[in-house]
Order: sequence, then structure tokens, then C-alpha cells
Amino acid sequence: MKHWITGLVTGAVLAATPVLAEEVLTFGVRSEASSLDPHWTQLSADLQVQEHIFEHLVDLDSASQPSPGLAVSWEAIDETTWEFRLREGVIWHDGEPFTAEDVVFSFDRLRGGISGAPASPAFTLEKGGKTWEIVDDLTVRIYTDGPYPTVAEDLAMVPIVAQHAAEGVTASVDFNSGQAAIGTGPFMLEEFVPGSRVSVVRNPNWWGGDVHWDRVVFRPVGEDAARLAALLNGDVDMIDYPPTIDLPQLQEDPDFTVSTIPSDRLIYIMPSYRHVEEFIRDNDGNVMVPNPMRDWRVRRAMSLAINREAIRDRIMGGASLPTRNIVPPGFFGYVEELEADPYDPEAAAALLAEAGYEDGFQITLHGPNDRYINDARILEAVAQMWSRVGITTEVDAMPRNVFFSRLIRGDELTMPGFDVPEFSVSMTGWGTVAGEATYTVSGTLETYNAATGGGNGNFGRYSNPAIDARSVLAKQTIDNDERLEILQEAIRIGMEDYAYIPLHFQVNQWAMISSLEHSPRTNERMLAIEVSPAE
Amino acid sequence: MTEFIIRRSIQALFVLLVMTVLVFFGVNVIGNPVYIFASSECDQACLARIIADLGLDKPVWQQYLIFMGNLFQGELGNSFTHGIPALELIFQRLPATLELAFSALVIALVVGVPLGMRAGLKPEAFSSRMIMGFSMLSFSVPVFWIGLIMIVVFSVQLGWMPAIGRGDTVPFLGTDVSFFTLDGLHHLAMPAFTLSLIMMAMVIRLTRAGMREVLYADYIKFARANGIRERRILSLHVMKNILIPIVTVLGMEFGGVIAFAVVVESIFSWPGVGKMLIDAIAVLDRPLIVAYLIFVVIMFVALNLFVDILYSLLDPRVRLGGAAA
Repeated sequence: MKHWITGLVTGAVLAATPVLAEEVLTFGVRSEASSLDPHWTQLSADLQVQEHIFEHLVDLDSASQPSPGLAVSWEAIDETTWEFRLREGVIWHDGEPFTAEDVVFSFDRLRGGISGAPASPAFTLEKGGKTWEIVDDLTVRIYTDGPYPTVAEDLAMVPIVAQHAAEGVTASVDFNSGQAAIGTGPFMLEEFVPGSRVSVVRNPNWWGGDVHWDRVVFRPVGEDAARLAALLNGDVDMIDYPPTIDLPQLQEDPDFTVSTIPSDRLIYIMPSYRHVEEFIRDNDGNVMVPNPMRDWRVRRAMSLAINREAIRDRIMGGASLPTRNIVPPGFFGYVEELEADPYDPEAAAALLAEAGYEDGFQITLHGPNDRYINDARILEAVAQMWSRVGITTEVDAMPRNVFFSRLIRGDELTMPGFDVPEFSVSMTGWGTVAGEATYTVSGTLETYNAATGGGNGNFGRYSNPAIDARSVLAKQTIDNDERLEILQEAIRIGMEDYAYIPLHFQVNQWAMISSLEHSPRTNERMLAIEVSPAE
Repeated sequence: MTEFIIRRSIQALFVLLVMTVLVFFGVNVIGNPVYIFASSECDQACLARIIADLGLDKPVWQQYLIFMGNLFQGELGNSFTHGIPALELIFQRLPATLELAFSALVIALVVGVPLGMRAGLKPEAFSSRMIMGFSMLSFSVPVFWIGLIMIVVFSVQLGWMPAIGRGDTVPFLGTDVSFFTLDGLHHLAMPAFTLSLIMMAMVIRLTRAGMREVLYADYIKFARANGIRERRILSLHVMKNILIPIVTVLGMEFGGVIAFAVVVESIFSWPGVGKMLIDAIAVLDRPLIVAYLIFVVIMFVALNLFVDILYSLLDPRVRLGGAAA
């Protein structure tokens, strides 16, 4: 009797529920999000998930150029004041209205950094000495110390969290649990199961319009081959970083598609300019004085000796963009006429002879082996190419946890007081996150200055007054056309002097089942709103 | 017995102390985690502030003393990466690893013991040679390769098995387990089998060797002479005696399987502690690394103890608590 009733009830319920197939998109991602607190780190893997939930005042479009986000417009009222007009009618995932209070709360939360956070975006707020003020519910003003052009680009790095949800919570912990993870983005957090998955569901009230997917699941699959296998057998619909070695087969397979776009990450070789370099020695093994890297012709020879096309075709599976620029095409500051150096070993050997190094010398090339796409193999290839023109090169590739400490500060522990960059020639990468070259010029080409923050990525300690003047000027020039010209000049001077040797821009790739269509973006993020069913 | 346990615990404390010193200073020699996390635009002042915030600007010995101070208050610190207490992270991930390891152990025993007995009973038979060949292969072929081949064959080619992750879980004894659901078992099968192979090979060899020895022992001859059925001889008298080395070795091996299931966990994206450890090492998340290794040391000591006690139960000649020989 009982069963009969249960059956009847269940049947009635089933009949009343319209049968709708849930549209689910499953991503297989190389790295797992470490936290859902958007102010905790700035790792790509974290931002990728967080950007489904949280938004910024300023969005970055697929070419990383600023576009309206939670702010509909912004303008410089005077040299040091910027006014941001907020979008009307935006509501948080829990139904509360979004106001200027939330913006200021988010900024205040970041002031002075988040305690315990290994890489909060606090510094982007501090650049230019920003302070902020509410004008009315939908207007926020930002003041800077002096003229400061890249306020919008900086704010594109600062996620806005809800004051009513995030006030007084424990950083990271309460976001991961979902309690504070209330955003305005196209998806709402459903569940974060560390090691297994993060799932988000559609936000029906998103201001940006209809979202196709009901649910998006991120599943971490660190192993390259396993991630590909998961795509092939249908466990996931789309993966990031498909192994380059398998790309040709994937591209031929009608069941799968690959999407591709040059990224903002420049891979380059940085020579060090100190007078004495530990890792540069003559053929008898004696330290060389002066350091040959200080000779412009040597650096040019090293660039000409590298066959960038061969690296692209044989190591990167076609997925790299050889370059002599420091920001990719489409970015503010890209210099059209700077073309990648041709491969010319004869000219390289001639230049070395002209500089007085016809017998060559020996160097050690340092680099990471688990940070950039195929990094260790690129190091080996470059070493062989250099050895061919007479610069006998030994490769020392190491895990990134060792590499970056030594690159930046040398070996502090075993050599107390020794806190200068250690390497003489190293390969590293630089991502121009905000689509704008000001901080790429300042970070990599300006003279190192701990007080001003100039040259913070200039571990070779390159120094050129002509660039310094322009870099400092660019940081204060609000007019876009003027700034562009200054930046391009600085880049041209630096690259013609071979301040460092650009190899290529990485190319972002994603592989997916062929029933999906993806419009990729430069900044390495895989966003569900940019994936749709193929026509 | 009590004295024995107390003595073991004191030994364990010493091991722990030495381990924390080694790991703490070792991780420090490798590098500074802040440089790995920092965005390229984070300048010198920004780096310095984060380093100071995490307490990494102090001399290592001072950091170590602070760490020990906290440890005595039962505080292992927060993971740099996740901002969550390290112990909590470990216990979040542990059920998945334990489940995998236990399943592997069960598979190893259920498959390994009968195969080993067969190989021991009729060592010259063709099937026995096959069994020994199989165990040899399981020992020598890298787990990594076997795992990938299984994925290629059973997930990609045949499409029978999911390639990654853990299946649906249900709450059980205060934790979440996946072996009570069909989907869970489906996900568990390949990683557990892969992880069990080396243990299985060991069980087969040990069982076979034990059989060869025990079968010719006087007490077995005597039992036969008494007219006890062969079945009973094998399942009771022989079994009891060959189990001793198996328990010893598996006990030790099991600790290793839990602590370092990392290869299998990586291949199958199993959300266990091994994978977490590797991720932590890659970014020098020192609180998490140290907490995990403390946990591993305690686990090994406990397993050792457990094996010793079990040993004394299986073999009454072994007495716990006697002077260490």
C-alpha cells in the first residue's frame, strides 16, 4: 500500500517537472585554484576560476585592453583625479544591490596587503599613491600622487568583493567555504572540493546578458597526458595547455578543435651587465674582465645565432610567435617595425670576431624547467645554437622554486649578505598583464632602483639613461598618443641595444570537443562565457 | 607492552625533532616562496612587505623557534598557498588517499595470496611460471607507465573507465568515502589496481617463498601424517606461518603507499595527500610540507607499532617489551 502511494507521488512530481537537459561545461585545468579569495594570490589558475564569480571595475577584453566592467565609464577630471561611474542595477549573487560602498570596501580590504596572502594585488592599488573616495552611490573618485595614466589598467587587477559578505571574515577560508564568495559575475559558486573540482552555476541576474551554461565544472588534471586522455574519453569537454607534442594529431581529429591566440607572456634571455660574471669564462676557464655581455655586438651576435623559427616548429609544435618586441601585437606599446631577428650564424660569428672574441668563450645559461611551455627544451636548443657560433654554452635548468629565488636574490642562505641576482645569462618570462607597456618598460628596461620600484624585473641590471628618462616620463603622461610614442621610443632604444634578447611570445592553446566554439583571450584564462556550442 | 609503547613513542619524538630541523632548514635552502607567487609587477617594496608578513625575513633559526613554539601549542601554521591551517588541508585530502591505499592493499592480498600459494604448491607448472613472470613484470615496469597505458587502453580506446578523478562520495564514519557508490568504485578501480601492483608482486613472491619453506616443515608432515585434510593444512597451518613475513613487509610497505602514492595520484588526478605534497614542494609551501612530513613520521611509527603487535599475535614466540636485541 505504502509503495503504491510513494509511486503515485513520485510519478506526479516527475510529470510536473519539465524535462530540461542541463547544459554543463567541464574544464580540465592544469593547475588547481589555491583559493577562491580573489585578493589572495594572482596566480592564473586562481584568477581563472575567480573571474567567473567576481568582477572588476574595469574588464580586460580578449586583447587585454581595458573595457567597461562594473564601471561603465571613467575619465581623468584633472591630472591627479579619476572618476569612475559605476554600473546601475547590478546585484550581488545573494540579491543585495552593488554600490560604491562595496568598491571602497574592496580597496580598503587590500590596503596594506592581506595578512598571510602570498601575492595579493595590493600593490596595484598603491602604485601612483592612489587614494579613493565615494562621491555618490554610483561614483567613485581615485586620487593619485602625481599625473598617473594607468589607473584603469591597475583597477582591472582589483576584484570587487561584497562588503556585506566579506566584512570581518577570515581571508581565504571563508571564501573557499562559499560564505564570502559572493560576487557579481556570470556564475555563482556552487562548491569547492579541493583536489577534485570547483563548480559554479549560472547567475540568472547577470548584467552582461544571457549565459549559456547552467553549470561549469573545473577539474584539476595536472598530468599532461592524463588531461589529454580525459578530453579524449569525454570526462572533460575542454582543456588548457594541451601537450604540444600531441597537437598535430588533435588538429587532424574531426572530433576535436584547438583554439589559439598569442599570449602576453614574453620569453626572453637576460644577460647580466656586472663587470665580473661568475658564469662567463674564457676558454681556459678564467673569469673574463670585462664581461663580454657589456659589448653590444656580443649581445647582437647571440640574438642572431638563435633560430627562432626552428624553436617554434620543432619544439613548440608551431605554437610560439618569434619576436623582437616586448609586448604582443595589439597591446599598447607594440612596435610594428621591430621584427624578430633572422637566423644568421655567419653574421653572428663575424660580430663576435669584430668584438674580439673570435675564439669564443664559455657561459652557463640558467633557466627554469617547469615554469614556461617547453622551457628546458628551449634552453637546450639555444645552448646548441650558441655553441655553434663559438659561445660554448652549458645549460643549468632547475625547478622554478629554486630558479626564481636565485634569479632575484642569489643564494642568501649559504652566502649571507649576498642578495644580488646570481645568474650571468638566464632565460625567463614576463607577462604584460594589463595590456599596456608602461610597466613592462619600467620593470624590465629601467635602471634598478629599490626606492622607486624601477627595474624590479631587471635582474641583469641593464642601465640606460635614455630609457630611464622616457620610462619615468611615460609613467606621468596621461595623454595616450603622447605616452604611446614615448613608450615605443623607449622600447626601440632598448631592443636596438639588445638590453635583453626576446625569443618569442608563448601562444595560448586550448583543446576542446568539436561541438564547442571558443573565442580565446591573450591572458591565458579559459572563461566559460567565451565558450559556446558550435553552430 | 605498555613500556614498549612508551619507549617507541619517545623514539618517535626524537625522529620528529630531527625531521623538523632537516625539513625546515632544507626548504629554506631551496628558495623563497614569495618569489614564486609574486606577480612580475610586484616591486621591491611589495616583495619586502609580503616576505615580512609571512615572517620569512627573520633568520632561519628564529623562524624555527617560532615554529616550535607554535607546535607546542598544537599549531602547525597556515599553508602559504591556501591560507588554510595545514592540518585541515591534510585531513581534507587524507580520506581519498587512505581509500586508495586500502583498496590497493585488499587487491594485493586477495589476488596475491592465492596466486602465490598456487606458485608455491606447483612451482614447475606452466601457470606458476606465468604467475612468477607477472610478479616480475609488476616489480620492474614503472608504475607511471602502467598507469598511462591503462588510461590509454581502458579509458581512451575502450571507453570503459573514467580517466581522472574520484567518483561520488557518501558520508561514512564522519568522512566521505567513494567505495560505496558504483560511480566511486568505477573511478577507484584503475588507480587502486595500479597502486596495488608492486605490493601484489611482493605478496606473490613472499607467499611462494613461504610455501616452499613451510610445506617441507616437520609440523606439516606431521599434520599430514595425522590425516588432516589438505585443505585445512593449507588454510590454517601453512597460512598462519606464511603470513608472518607478509604482514611485516606489507605493514612497512603500506606506510610508503600512503605517504607516497603521489605517482598514481598524479596520473589519475586522485585528490589525495600525495599530490598535495608535490604541489606544496613546487611552491615551497613550508608549513604544509612540514606538517605533512610530521604526519608521515607519526603514521610510520604507528604502523610499526601496529605491525609489531600483530606480529606477536601471529607468532607467540615473539615477545614485546623484551630487551632490544
